[in-house]
Amino acid sequence: MESIIFLILFPLFAGVIMLALPNGRGRDSFVNFAGVVTCIGSLYLLYEYFGKGAQFFFVDGTFIDPLITVAEIAIGLFIIGMSLKFRKYLIAVLAACQMALITYTDVVFEPSHYAGYDLFIDEFSLIMTVIIGVIGSLICIYATGYMKTYQEHHKDVKDKRPLFFFLMFLFLSAMFGIVFSNNIMWLFLFWEITTLCSFLLIAYAGDEISWKNGFWALLLNVIGGVAFAGGIFFINAFSSGSDIYLNELLTSSPGIALVAATFIGFAGLTKSAQFPFSSWLVGAMVAPTPVSALLHSSTMVKAGVYVIVRFAPVFEANLIGIAFAFIGAITFLTASAIAISQSNAKKVLAYSTIANLGLVVACAGIGTEEAVWAAILLIIFHAVAKSLLFLSVGSVENQKHSKDIEDMGGLIAAMPKVALMMLIGMAGMFLAPFGMLISKWASIHAFVNAIPPFGMLLIAIIAYGSGITVFFWTKWMGRILEVRTEREPLETEASKPEMRAILTLGALTVLACLIFPLISYTMIEPYTHTIYNSVSPLLSLSNEIIMLFMVVVVILLPVSLFHFAKGRTLRRQYMGARVSEVSGEHLRFLGSMGVMKEAELSNYYFEGIFGEEKLNRAGVLSTILIIVMLFALVSWFVPLEVIM
Amino acid sequence: MSFLDVMNVYPLIGVLLFIVLSPLVGGIIFGIDRIITARMQGRVGPPVLQPLYDIFKLFEKEKMVIHESQNFWIFGYLIFMIITGALFFGGSDILLVIFALTLAHVALILGAFSSGSPYAHIGAERELIQLMAVEPMIIIAAVGFYEVTGSFNTLDIISSGSPLILVLPGIFIGFVYILTVKLRKSPFDISTSHHAHQELVRGLNTEFAGSTLGMVELAHLYETAILLGFIFLFFGLAAPIIGLIVVALIYLIEIFVDNATSRVKWGLMFKSCWIVTAVLGVVNLMALYLI
Repeated sequence: MESIIFLILFPLFAGVIMLALPNGRGRDSFVNFAGVVTCIGSLYLLYEYFGKGAQFFFVDGTFIDPLITVAEIAIGLFIIGMSLKFRKYLIAVLAACQMALITYTDVVFEPSHYAGYDLFIDEFSLIMTVIIGVIGSLICIYATGYMKTYQEHHKDVKDKRPLFFFLMFLFLSAMFGIVFSNNIMWLFLFWEITTLCSFLLIAYAGDEISWKNGFWALLLNVIGGVAFAGGIFFINAFSSGSDIYLNELLTSSPGIALVAATFIGFAGLTKSAQFPFSSWLVGAMVAPTPVSALLHSSTMVKAGVYVIVRFAPVFEANLIGIAFAFIGAITFLTASAIAISQSNAKKVLAYSTIANLGLVVACAGIGTEEAVWAAILLIIFHAVAKSLLFLSVGSVENQKHSKDIEDMGGLIAAMPKVALMMLIGMAGMFLAPFGMLISKWASIHAFVNAIPPFGMLLIAIIAYGSGITVFFWTKWMGRILEVRTEREPLETEASKPEMRAILTLGALTVLACLIFPLISYTMIEPYTHTIYNSVSPLLSLSNEIIMLFMVVVVILLPVSLFHFAKGRTLRRQYMGARVSEVSGEHLRFLGSMGVMKEAELSNYYFEGIFGEEKLNRAGVLSTILIIVMLFALVSWFVPLEVIM
Repeated sequence: MSFLDVMNVYPLIGVLLFIVLSPLVGGIIFGIDRIITARMQGRVGPPVLQPLYDIFKLFEKEKMVIHESQNFWIFGYLIFMIITGALFFGGSDILLVIFALTLAHVALILGAFSSGSPYAHIGAERELIQLMAVEPMIIIAAVGFYEVTGSFNTLDIISSGSPLILVLPGIFIGFVYILTVKLRKSPFDISTSHHAHQELVRGLNTEFAGSTLGMVELAHLYETAILLGFIFLFFGLAAPIIGLIVVALIYLIEIFVDNATSRVKWGLMFKSCWIVTAVLGVVNLMALYLI
């Protein structure tokens, strides 16, 4: 248990120290040190609790419970203060509602009196710990190099780097808290801390648009916070009391568990940026790249899907789960489709994150064992591949001063290392035999057994989304590979800390694809087997061997380059039989008016079909409709059971 | 021992037969295709084995490339097409087959992109549109197979007790519709065509020459065998003779359509594929619950 508490507290204290350290090499080494310690700490936890199943810990709450109440009120007051200062009255009202709900619950029901296990750890928490600890701290290490360049390029942005690193580490600390909390009151506090951190980090640049997007993220997350608080109020008001502990709640009567799962799942939807709340994550890209990487890969959105997947067993085979599944599936389809029409690299990544989380939510909504298995695999693969992609795009942006995919033409020649890592990341996002595809395969397997006819509709949505995903990733890969003229690569593609983080994440992406059967056998399957009381292996050995074989083929294929490099005649591109010339990066041809013209290539974006505004509207409207139905379902069917 | 027992015990037989035979079978099919096409145009046409002679000849030619890496992608395309077929004829999970097929095509597209040529660029983008257009239908067909037979394995699907087409007619027609795209037949041959009259420069294949083009053609032979095998699954061992006849008939119809129509715009191809998928594929899938 000590190591759990260490993991929650160490990043917090390290962050506080960073707040006091001035810019410079000293702070950077301290950030590196804290990152390495967090990383090793999470790996040690893996070693300590590996194969031990679920473990629960009793913590003496006499000091901690009042502390948590105080912290919650402090966060509430801070949010209200900030929103009043910037005249965002709606947020202030919502935050006040949330605070009132929680304080009322604390005072009237005194949940701190119940005895139960406040902390716990199981295989799912362990997986999340490793994701947060390893990827999160790599991103922090990357940030030491990136933020230096960032501040040099953005002279107008006030240098608040101590605060920046404090918030980053506070974020990690809160994430650890979320995955270890068995007491929902604790979980809620950490939940609120992530909301607050993300708000401040998004608004880091301090200009008008940053504040605007920051407050937008805050607003949507506070809506989720109110729902969460409502859920907590409900549990305290209507159940026997010990249900504020997650393990008790999951096995309590379906009425209590379902209503609580709906409220908290709704909060999860806001945090994991599902439609109709997706806009905050897209807006969050105004923040420096490490923040986006952190929000998208190992923290924030992962906290959202974490709670939804936790409640997945409750969703199994009922209409409320189906409603969640449809919100996820519609999000997957809509966000993927919007990604086609975007040329801003970070926006494409943002929409693809939203889409992948949609798939996770869809799996959790189905709630069968196979679906949960697929959801956890998706979380793992998405975390490594997406953080790799964000960090690579950030380094390209620092070199090329552009986030536009159109400006990445022939990147493989100019920045071969970073470009190769981007290709690995993208392959990891959609191609067989890499990670995400295994999960997509598993989710189709899971959906075919869902309640008919909803399962079939979900499959149809996934089938269309799958085609769309192939389109937007491949055209981006093509853009990177499209070398019109040979050129010398840049001498330094990125600063040392950046390169270190990118290469490690690249290696981790490949490693995850190689050892995923191992992860499945030793961690995911034990977890799902405990939850569902089953013993059947989910992934047949023959399919596993096929996938591993394909990974090995992909890894070995580049060897063929040695063969193909020999005995070739190099020719220039066919330019319609016109005279053509190559100078530097330019490929020119003789135009019809006798002038040499530059040959310019660009990708298709299909804004007519996949326009952002149009699709966003459709996605938001349809999911709002589903949410209304969701709450109608809850309010009509469930109270009967509550009263009984 | 019946066919099924043999295949269950030795799946490698199917794999080996596929690897060895499909270039030959595919070559003969293409040869017949060219003869029929020639007759329709009032010509005599080449010998039946001409497509294979062409491929042999391509491997003898000078190896011209723009970048060396180009061949790497095309080699990947060929390898993964063979793996796709090996999985398909080895009786494994049909979803894996579909994803491996997608991987193969992505390799081809990246090969075209990496040449940096304007013509290949347009071809690659259009091939991508084709890929996006057909993917939903193929996945829905696989799920349809599962709904009827209770298994994703091609071996279980092919040994279904009654022909699947009886309960999956919509999915069958939808699949035949997108088959035109996959076989690069007019009117949906938008990324590259077999016919010289459809285009001045060969789209996707513009920058592939010699052995590179040979690999592309070889992979296409393999792909044709896989796709026709997919059609055969709708009949399976419950009606093998009818199955073979229908497969031949459908290929004949493709040839006629190929020669009787001219290429459409990409938008029409893309939208019609998706609409056909929704109307025939998804509705058929939903209807399975009512039966």
